[in-house]
Amino acid sequence: MCISQVPDTSTKIILKDNNTAISSDGVTYIINPYDEWYALIRALELKEIGVASDVHLITVGKADVEPIIRKGLALGGDEAIRIDAVASDAYETASYIAEYAKTTGYDLILCGKESIDYNNGTTGVMLAELLDMDYIGFATNIQLDGGVATVNREIEGGEEVDTCNLPLVISCQKGVAEARIPNMRGIMAARTRPLKVVTPGAVTPVATILSYEMPPAKGGIKLVDPNNMDELVELLHSEAKVI
Amino acid sequence: MNTTESVKAIKGGEFLIRETAAESIFIPEEWNEEQLMIAETCTNFLAQNVTPNLNRIDEQEEGLMAHLMEEAGNLGLLGISVPEEYGGFGKDFKTAMLVTEKLGAGHSFSVAFSAHTGIGTLPILYYGNDAQKQKYIPKLASGEWKGAYCLTEPGAGSDANSGKARAKLSADGKHYLITGQKMWITNAGFADIFTVFAKIDNDENLSAFIVEKDFEGLSLNTEEHKMGIKGSSTRQVFFNDCKVPVENLLSERQNGFKIAVNILNLGRIKLGGGTVGASKDVISLAVKYANEREQFGRPISKYGAIRYKLAQQAIRTYASEAAIYRASQNMEEATDMLIESGMDPIKAKLKGTEQYAIEAAIIKVHASETLDYVVDEGVQIYGGMGFSAEAPMDRAYRDSRINRIFEGTNEINRMLTVDMMLKRAMKGELDLMGPAQKVAGELMSIPDFNAGEEDGLFTKEKKYIAGFKKAVLMVAGGAVQKLMAQLGKEQEVLMNLADMLIELYVSESLQLRVEKLVGIKGEEACKEQLDIMRVYINEAAERILKSGKEALNSFAEGDELRMMLMGLRRFTKTEDFNTTQARRNIAAKLIAENKYCF
Repeated sequence: MCISQVPDTSTKIILKDNNTAISSDGVTYIINPYDEWYALIRALELKEIGVASDVHLITVGKADVEPIIRKGLALGGDEAIRIDAVASDAYETASYIAEYAKTTGYDLILCGKESIDYNNGTTGVMLAELLDMDYIGFATNIQLDGGVATVNREIEGGEEVDTCNLPLVISCQKGVAEARIPNMRGIMAARTRPLKVVTPGAVTPVATILSYEMPPAKGGIKLVDPNNMDELVELLHSEAKVI
Repeated sequence: MNTTESVKAIKGGEFLIRETAAESIFIPEEWNEEQLMIAETCTNFLAQNVTPNLNRIDEQEEGLMAHLMEEAGNLGLLGISVPEEYGGFGKDFKTAMLVTEKLGAGHSFSVAFSAHTGIGTLPILYYGNDAQKQKYIPKLASGEWKGAYCLTEPGAGSDANSGKARAKLSADGKHYLITGQKMWITNAGFADIFTVFAKIDNDENLSAFIVEKDFEGLSLNTEEHKMGIKGSSTRQVFFNDCKVPVENLLSERQNGFKIAVNILNLGRIKLGGGTVGASKDVISLAVKYANEREQFGRPISKYGAIRYKLAQQAIRTYASEAAIYRASQNMEEATDMLIESGMDPIKAKLKGTEQYAIEAAIIKVHASETLDYVVDEGVQIYGGMGFSAEAPMDRAYRDSRINRIFEGTNEINRMLTVDMMLKRAMKGELDLMGPAQKVAGELMSIPDFNAGEEDGLFTKEKKYIAGFKKAVLMVAGGAVQKLMAQLGKEQEVLMNLADMLIELYVSESLQLRVEKLVGIKGEEACKEQLDIMRVYINEAAERILKSGKEALNSFAEGDELRMMLMGLRRFTKTEDFNTTQARRNIAAKLIAENKYCF
C-alpha cells in the first residue's frame, strides 16, 4: 500500500521563492484520498475476508509525514515503512519504493490513481515497470482469488474486466471501497504498531520544476436562451473555439 | 494582595487572589498527534453520519438517533473516559473534553451524546459498586445500551432536592417501589437505563436508583414539542410503584443529591466544551457565507460591519476556549495528585472536579452565552437567508438557546459562583479577607502612577487583570460588609459579582493562553491572537466597570460610595487603542482561511 501526504483539499495555494516552490505555511496535510479511501481500505478488506495477509504501508518523506502514516496504521495497517527522503518527482518516489519492495517481495501493491497535489498519476505505473510487475490502472473493483486478481477498470465510454496473475500493481479510484473513520481502538493501537524508517540509496530525479503558475481567474458565465441554439453554436465556434 | 507569587498548582477559586504562570496552563494549541486523530474521527463522524441527516434527526425518525449512538459507540466515542476494565479507553479529562467539543457541532446528536456519556453513564461509573459497574458500564460504553437521568420534576427544577418522587421498600424487602413523575428527561425515548432520583420514605435527601426501562411500573409520555434540539428525545417518565431491585440503589441512601451536584459540576464544564465546538462551526459557516454572498458587487465579507461581527464571534469563542482547557487541566492535575496521595481514582476524579466547581460554573455561563451571541450574529450575517428554515442558521439559533437553561440555569450558576467563593472564604479554604482588606487600604492611599515595570509584551494586560482582581475584591468585600446575611437575597448584586468574576477568569485565561502561545510560536505568528486578547480585555474592563457600578450603587452611599467608585474606575482603567483595526486584522485572517482558524 503506497500512501502519499498531500495538502487538505481546502488549502489555499500560495507560491513562494519566485514561483518555484509552494508554501507550506498553515497547510494542513492529509493522506491522499485516493490512497486512503480506496486503496488502503480495499487492502484492509482483502485482509479481513482472508485473501490477503499483512498490510504494509509505505510512504516517502521526512519525519513530518509520520502523522499521516500513523493514521493509516490507526485504520488497520499492520506495519509502516517510511523512506527517509524528499522526492522531487514521481520517478524518484517510485524508485525508492521499488528499491524497498524488491527486498520484501510483495504479491500485490495498491496505490491511488493519482495524488491530489501534483496529479501526475504516474507513480504506480513506474513502480510496476521498475519492479517488472504487471499493472492495472484506474481500478473500480478488485477481487482476489488465490493468486489471481479480477479487476474492473474504467475505460473510455465503458468498463473493462481484467484478470491477472499476481504479483501485480493496481492503482485505485472511486468504487474500490468506501471511506472509513479510524476508531478509538485503532488509534490507540497505532502507537504500538511498527514504523520502520529506511534510508534509501541515491536516485536522480528525471523531472525539474522550473516554475509554478496559478490557474487564470475564471471568466464570466454566459447564459444562452434554450431556444436560441444557433447563438450557442456560434459562441462555441467563435469565442470558446471548441467546435 | 499576593499577586506577585506565581504558583504552579492554583487551587479552585484562587484565581481571584493569586497569579498563574502561563507555562503551567494547558492550551489547545498543544494537542498531541493522537488527540488530533481522535478529534478528526469526531469531525468525520459528524460530517458523514450526522450533518447530512440533521433534518431526519429533527423529525425524530424512528430508530435513527439510537442508531447514530450505536455508530458512535462502534468508533469508541462513548467510552473515551470510561476505564479500560469497563470496556472504555481510559482517556484523560482533556481528551474527553476535546471529543465533546468536536461533537458539539452535532446539534441534537450532541445533546444525546452528552447526556448519555455524562449524566447517563457517570452516576453509575462514579457511584456504582463493582457489580453495578460490571453490569451496566460496558454496555453503556459500547452504545448497546443508552442512558438517561431523571432528576427534574414538574415542581422541582433548579430546586432539585424538593422533588416529590418517593421510594418505599416492598413487603418482602427485595424491591424499592418508586412512584413519581420526572420531566425534561433527555434520551428518554430510546434509553435502556435511567438513573432516577427519589426520596426513600420521609428522608430529607434524595437517593439514586438504577432503573432499567423494562422494570415494571415505568412508562413514558409522548415527545415534548420544543423550540430547538428537536431531534433530542425529551419526555416525561412516570413511575408507578416501579419495581427496582434493592441492589440497584446507587451509592448510599440519601446520597443522591450529592451525586446530582457532583455530576453537574462535570456536566457544566463539558457543556462549555460542546458550546465552543458549536460556536466554531457556526463561525465557519458565517465566514463561508460572507465570502460567497455578494452585494453591491462585492462579497459582504469586504464590509466593515460584517467583519466586526466575524471578529467578535471569534474573540469570544477563543476566550471561552482558553478558560475551558485551563480549568480542564487544573481538574486533571488535582485528580492526579489525589490519586498519587493514595485516593481511589474515581473518588479522586470527583474530588478533583469539585475543587474547580467555581470555574465550571463560570465556564458554563460564559460558553453558553458566547454561543448565543455567535448564533445571533450568524443569523444576521446570513441576512434574509438567516431567517430561512432552509439555511443552517435557523437550527443553530434555536438549538443554542437551551444551553443557558439546562445543567443549572445561568442565573443559578452565577449565584453558585459567588456563593461557593464566599463559602470557601468562610471555611478558611480561600483567604479572601486579607487581600480584600489590602485593596480597601489601597483605596485610601495615593495611586501608584509609576509602576516602574518593564514594558514587556504582556505587561499592560497583566496589570489590567491585577486591577480586575482588585475590583472584584473591593466590590465583593463591600457587599459582604454592608449586606452581610442579606447578600444571599440581593440577587442583583450576586449577578453583578458573578459577571465580574466571569470576566476576570476568562480574561486571565485568555491572556495566559496567548502568552504561552507566543512563547511557543513567537510573536510574529500570533498577531491575531494578540489582537483577540487586547480587544477582549479592553471590553472586559468596561463590563467589569458596569457591573461593579451597579452593585456599588445598590448598597453603598455617600463618601464611601464615591471612594469605591473612584477605586473601581482606577482598577478597571485600560489604555485606549484602535480596536477597529484589531478586529479588522482578526476578521481578515478568518476571511482568508474561509473558516474559524484560531
